[in-house]
Amino acid sequence: MSTITADLNTLSNAQGHVEAHDSEHHDTGGNTVFGFWLYLMTDCLLFASFFATYAVLFMNTAGGVSGKDIFELDFVAVETAALLLSSITFGFAMISAHSQKKAATLTWLLVTFAFGAVFIGMEVYEFHHLIAHGNGPQHSAFLTSFFSLVGLHGLHVTAGLIWMTIMMIEVVRRGLNPQTVTRLSCLSLFWHFLDVVWICVFTVVYLMGAM
Amino acid sequence: MSHSESHVINNLEVHAHDTQSHGSMKDYFIGFVLSVILTAIPFWAVMSGSFSKPATVWCIVTMAVVQIWVHLKYFLHLSFKTEDGKASSLSFIFSAIIIVMVVGLSVWIIYESNAMMMY
Amino acid sequence: MSLLGKLTLDAIPFHEPIIMVTMTVVAVLGLLVAGLVTKYKKWGVLWHDWITSIDHKRLGVMYIILALIMLFRGFADAIMMRLQLAMATGGASGYLPPEHYDQIFTAHGVIMIIFMAMPFMIGLMNIILPLQIGARDVAFPFLNNLSFWLTAGGAILINISLFFGEFAKTGWVAYPPLSELSFSPGVGVDYYIWALQISGLGTLLTSVNFLVTVFKMRAPGMTLMKMPIFTWACTWANILIAASFPILTAVLAMLTLDRYLDFHFFTNELGGNAMMYINLFWAWGHPEVYILILPAFGIFSEVISTFAGKRLFGYKSMVYASGAISILGFIVWLHHFFTMGSSANVNAFFGVMTMVIAVPTGVKLFNWLFTMYRGRLRITVPVLWTLGFMVTFTIGGMTGVLLAIPGADYVLHNSLFLIAHFHNTIIGGAVFGYLAGFAFWFPKAMGFKLDERWGRRSFWCWLIGFFVAFMPLYVLGFLGMTRRLNHTNNPDWNMWLYIAAGGAVIIMFGILFQVVQLVVSFKNREQLDDTTGDPWNGHTLEWASASPPQYYNFAKIPHVDDIDAWTDMKEKGLAYKQEASYSPIHMPKNTPAGVLMSGALTTFCFAMIWHIWWLAAFGLLGAIAIFIKRCYTTDVDYYVQPDEIVELETAHNTAATKGVNA
Repeated sequence: MSTITADLNTLSNAQGHVEAHDSEHHDTGGNTVFGFWLYLMTDCLLFASFFATYAVLFMNTAGGVSGKDIFELDFVAVETAALLLSSITFGFAMISAHSQKKAATLTWLLVTFAFGAVFIGMEVYEFHHLIAHGNGPQHSAFLTSFFSLVGLHGLHVTAGLIWMTIMMIEVVRRGLNPQTVTRLSCLSLFWHFLDVVWICVFTVVYLMGAM
Repeated sequence: MSHSESHVINNLEVHAHDTQSHGSMKDYFIGFVLSVILTAIPFWAVMSGSFSKPATVWCIVTMAVVQIWVHLKYFLHLSFKTEDGKASSLSFIFSAIIIVMVVGLSVWIIYESNAMMMY
Repeated sequence: MSLLGKLTLDAIPFHEPIIMVTMTVVAVLGLLVAGLVTKYKKWGVLWHDWITSIDHKRLGVMYIILALIMLFRGFADAIMMRLQLAMATGGASGYLPPEHYDQIFTAHGVIMIIFMAMPFMIGLMNIILPLQIGARDVAFPFLNNLSFWLTAGGAILINISLFFGEFAKTGWVAYPPLSELSFSPGVGVDYYIWALQISGLGTLLTSVNFLVTVFKMRAPGMTLMKMPIFTWACTWANILIAASFPILTAVLAMLTLDRYLDFHFFTNELGGNAMMYINLFWAWGHPEVYILILPAFGIFSEVISTFAGKRLFGYKSMVYASGAISILGFIVWLHHFFTMGSSANVNAFFGVMTMVIAVPTGVKLFNWLFTMYRGRLRITVPVLWTLGFMVTFTIGGMTGVLLAIPGADYVLHNSLFLIAHFHNTIIGGAVFGYLAGFAFWFPKAMGFKLDERWGRRSFWCWLIGFFVAFMPLYVLGFLGMTRRLNHTNNPDWNMWLYIAAGGAVIIMFGILFQVVQLVVSFKNREQLDDTTGDPWNGHTLEWASASPPQYYNFAKIPHVDDIDAWTDMKEKGLAYKQEASYSPIHMPKNTPAGVLMSGALTTFCFAMIWHIWWLAAFGLLGAIAIFIKRCYTTDVDYYVQPDEIVELETAHNTAATKGVNA
């Protein structure tokens, strides 16, 4: 028994793993996904800090607009729908990837990308709209914390979109080898995680703010 | 089963629960439908304005917490069934505790100091 | 808008003789080192075997070298401050003008915490932790190299600030509104922000890396509750890093937005709340002190049990005590700002929690005492540091409990009593711990032991120097002297300030003797040679390898049945066993990607500090490009062939058995 474990450990203890045995990919892949998950936990704390700051600054409107004045819930509902749809389509992409269906994976990734792009497009529109009407982040602590919190999430989604583009190229050029699937798994965690953060954003910022 | 054995099995089973952990079509559908419901209710509660403020707040917070749980279970596939799942789940729970403490205490501290300044 | 942003020749402080002399000395030393490297044709070795190395042991050594260099820098700041305060009494203005003095105390704090203590701790962890759990490397070796270079990048930025522009004059906490653009318009705070951000990123990556290593790569048989205590202590510290450093990242990002884009997080105008900065800063800052001290506790545990020749008393309680400290460490942070004026309930809650956290620490002290009890303690240098720690740290802990009482804190807040308290815990706890670990594991990392005589001399200078330098600060605190004063005019304080300066000089000898110790030991390395790989009759797996360890650590991953795995193997006769055959070992290859990426990111930070936007974009995109390229590099690993393993293993086992028989 112990020799088997030793051998598995032998294989797992090196991180570089591109063109080697199959069993190795799974093991180091497990490490990579777990490591990425831990990184996401640290990201949670980053968001938590911005949420805490929003929570203490949101009423400091300095005589300017408050959430009630600027939030449009139907608009936010559409944003939410886009992000939620992108979550399930990414799920389909992952199922396709695990069953080695390259074309289906790419299609679903493309659909996910489209939904993500819609979300980001809408957010950019919202920000632009606010700034154009003199409600930019420089005008009060409330706007500062609002733009930063929502913008931080948007920045993450944008990074996710860039990463997705790179992954699509990788899938086209290399196919669905174990390393690529591991990377897709990480991106999938990242994407679903951003959806979880968005639940907190629309609840704490938009719904509570619009009440 | 001794720990050393479970370690071995954990290693050997990497492939097995690797296929387990990414969920099925059914999982994603259940998760999606639940999420739609859990999103629609709070939006409706706020947009219709038919409840008192405290009731609405309780409603949307509860829905958010439930929806986070739905996402964790059906999209992020957290579970206690496998060793890997346990490690991920525990690390999430730890982070959640820290977040509750840091955010909760921060808000308490600042609100109390605002009150002291009659702000 | 010039092509170089705010950077002009005026940024170099030609009018400051102290800085210009320092600059010359640094330049001469740099040229000297470069010349020596060239003369002995070592550039290739430096690049291929060290700078691009992803071997955790070499990275650990580099971390410690960085930490020691930063210790000199930070100590130079310290002794300058003590001399200034000893000279600037009775209305004299001393030799350091306020704007320079303010930069010095800020730099001293930042350097000692972020660039001395952290790299020292992470360096020891790098060298020892994978060996202790029977792993061949960390989970992500490339990331490990990147982490080191990010930390080094931060250190480079902070030292560049000495010669180009200025450093923050805000104190190491950089509280707004003072650190806002309107009150600190220079680049000092920007240096502070970006140096902390880049090294913080490195630290965060390290923690994730080591957590995966510990949870996924332990030797078979090593359950969590059979992990060596130092590994456990580091694991708790890594959990704390993963949970607290993002808060620092967030709060510094907010300050950056305030300063660069006119946001209003912490400003006086438009609803900003400076209290939130203080709050978040300490929500990171308090866990940070436990990040520093927990690994030190781990080191003391290893040292005491090894040199008492006994198993550690209360292993489980030690693990749980560290866990309790880690959780409680997150709900005490307000004691850094009781005087902010939150309500009595808030202050009472955090005061009580702060007293509670002293309990698990007390548990640890009793565990060490009981480990020594009825043991045969060999009084070596690491043990001296440990005994010194137990006395010093206990005093520091008691003054901490005093400060935990909000009412008392209102009197002592920001007085020199506080300064004495935290130096008492950080020097007497963390630094003594790292120096104990340094002496304890030096033979493991370098292959020869350190000279005992100079080690003892250094220890006594440090210990006595510490008490002479800091006990007067307690008194001065009670006499009402506040921190960060540039000059004083109170005859009652003078005597204590002179004594404190004398203490700093004694500590200086402690540091000098440490250097002498290194030189003497290097000269006598033949006599001090550690052939067995186990010079202290150690308990844990790091002593199973050669000194310095084979680059693959273990030819065959050992099976672990006991907390003291190596003791157990020695007792069962399983130590130094030559295998009939070895299978090839899969190893990662060295890569320049880490140092290049960090170089690009450091350039980005430097450009952000000076508002050189084109260079910032260039640096950031460069770093991303290098990272993507690294992701698609296929030539990243190789196999060590059995012949080579047999050769190295035979050499180690023969030498070790000879040493044991002798």
